[in-house]
Amino acid sequence: MKAKESESKTYLGIPLYRPKVAFFEFSSCEGCQLQIINNENTLLDFLSLVEVVNFREAMTEKSDDYEIAFVEGSITRNDEAERLKKIRKNAKILVALGSCACFGGVNQLKNRFNNIEWVKKQVYGKHPIDTAPVRALEEVVNVDLRIYGCPIKKEEVEKIVLHVVLGKSIDIPKYPVCMECKANENICLFDLGEPCLGPITRAGCDSWCPNNNAGCWGCRGPAEDANVGYMKKIMKEKGFSEKTILERLDCFGGFAQFPELKKKGKH
Amino acid sequence: MKKTINVNVKHLTRVEGHGNINIKIRNGKLLEAQWEVIETPRFFEAMLVGRNWDNAPWITGRICGICSIGHTLASIRAVENAFKIVPDEQTRKLRILLKHMETLQSHSLHLCFLVLPDLMNAGSVFPLIDSHKDVVVHAAKIKGLANDLCDCIGGRRLHPTRTVVGGFTKLPAKEELAAFGERLKNIVKDLMVVADLFTGFKLPDFTRETEFVSLKGTAGYPFIGGDVVSSDGIQMREQDYKKLTNEYIVKQSTAKWCRLSRESFAVGALARLNNNFEFLHPVVKDIAGRFGLIPVNHNPFMNNIAQLVESVHVVMDSITLIDELLSSKFTEPRQEVKPGSGVGVGAVEVPRGILYHSYEFDDKGKIVKCDCVIPTGQNHANIQHDLEALAEEFADRGKDDKEIELLASMLVRAYDPCISCSVH
Repeated sequence: MKAKESESKTYLGIPLYRPKVAFFEFSSCEGCQLQIINNENTLLDFLSLVEVVNFREAMTEKSDDYEIAFVEGSITRNDEAERLKKIRKNAKILVALGSCACFGGVNQLKNRFNNIEWVKKQVYGKHPIDTAPVRALEEVVNVDLRIYGCPIKKEEVEKIVLHVVLGKSIDIPKYPVCMECKANENICLFDLGEPCLGPITRAGCDSWCPNNNAGCWGCRGPAEDANVGYMKKIMKEKGFSEKTILERLDCFGGFAQFPELKKKGKH
Repeated sequence: MKKTINVNVKHLTRVEGHGNINIKIRNGKLLEAQWEVIETPRFFEAMLVGRNWDNAPWITGRICGICSIGHTLASIRAVENAFKIVPDEQTRKLRILLKHMETLQSHSLHLCFLVLPDLMNAGSVFPLIDSHKDVVVHAAKIKGLANDLCDCIGGRRLHPTRTVVGGFTKLPAKEELAAFGERLKNIVKDLMVVADLFTGFKLPDFTRETEFVSLKGTAGYPFIGGDVVSSDGIQMREQDYKKLTNEYIVKQSTAKWCRLSRESFAVGALARLNNNFEFLHPVVKDIAGRFGLIPVNHNPFMNNIAQLVESVHVVMDSITLIDELLSSKFTEPRQEVKPGSGVGVGAVEVPRGILYHSYEFDDKGKIVKCDCVIPTGQNHANIQHDLEALAEEFADRGKDDKEIELLASMLVRAYDPCISCSVH
């Protein structure tokens, strides 16, 4: 793709380097890629920062010559794992785009059943179908950078890409959503009678759901030193059932490493 | 007829999800024309089993990144029908307004970013940023407005946050809505520029008679719930969706196929328009007339034009909805939910056609069974039959491999397929 206007773009007087970038998707809703083109106000500026050489959802031309690969989705079949390994070989920087890529996302809810044959039968009956337990990208290849969220927040992606282009460091918040929510002066969701994982979930979304009176479901995974055990205790005190708490914690896969989540379903 | 044609498109571009096109013609005889869907299944229907009712809209909305609002609303309707909740007028209007903006966002994305490159001889919209910047700017403005209004009502343009069983968690401010009313009035001009542009293109001349299925309008163009109608004369209630879709499994597709009166049927903008033309806004009927789009139209490429016509219709209807909302006093946005056992079905006309969600709950409101039938899943068999007819007909007209590859790709794109959604 050409973007003539950008050829003269400079930063502090130095001409900007435009990396070749590619977008790929595995098992997902493709919504995170859509978020990239959902930036109507800033889309053209954003596109002038990079050279898009591969983006199947939007363009017919394709090339394997790229430096940054943005990869959405989780790995649920072996052919996907093979395709991902090829992308890893081609890319200097591999970015996991969104919760499915970072943790398995909602797709990993399938993994909570012991018997994958039962899962297959629920949807396809006796018809044979190829599927494997859901994996995050980092369970298959090395991942250099993670952009969290379901969906990703467009402002955050733009900032990260800008920093990659400028060679600046990338700081993803380690503190919880609760901090952003307080800064936004929202009424605490607990006071509205809503369950919320804001106290233990990694910030960076500007408390997107709580701003809309909707409790956090933990799509960005745990904040640093998240105390899941204590979170459960607080939620119980607030009158929420164990089931409500667990269903929030296991929804996007970000909290899978915590012992509180290890129990599997009856099937 | 040309003797030999070979078309192999792996991972068709400018569509959502993964599908292949294979066409083989030998000695003038069609040996194969296949629409193959290889997308990985995600098993949403299994995922939800055992979970609480409030998980349904939140998780099933994630089936699709483009029509997450439609999925969320179909899911909410199914749960509300199971729990016997009837949304009030305010909630009903806000939901339709939200859905209209998803339709506008999705249709404009498809028409201007995915279809337009084919008509302007480009591989993507990116070169058009230089060569036809004005068109791209109009398109981005339309799509931007639609997305901004989705943010305002649903809390987020994709995977909405405010939409819940019982209503909304938060209402938009009236001043915000009033401002959007003005922006909507202004956007009609931009849509007319896009309409003028499309008037200048000649779409492929191809028809194949098929059955069209959509919700049936009663007082207006249909969007959420009600009876379902087919152009072959069938009418049923939304809760009879299984009889309307008759899902079955085929080897060439990880998405299920559907049938009704014939071997296949079509859903989507063209189906809605064919079945409900009388309810379109008068201005919009004129636009349809400019393109010779009169029901019942059997050219699948005209689905693009039907989307254009619907885009203007939803804008006109949204202006009216905002006026009505502004002149009424806002009431409590959320009804109390009393979960219990039962079965509920929700049918919603989403951008690509009629979408059904169905759930069964136990007495605590835990999901026992979940079933989703996706518009693109209903279209796959029709795409297959169109593809066979198109390959044969255009090979007969002397077209070569490259021309048939483009026509076949354009045919599939005309359906605006949401493939990962159809496999879910």
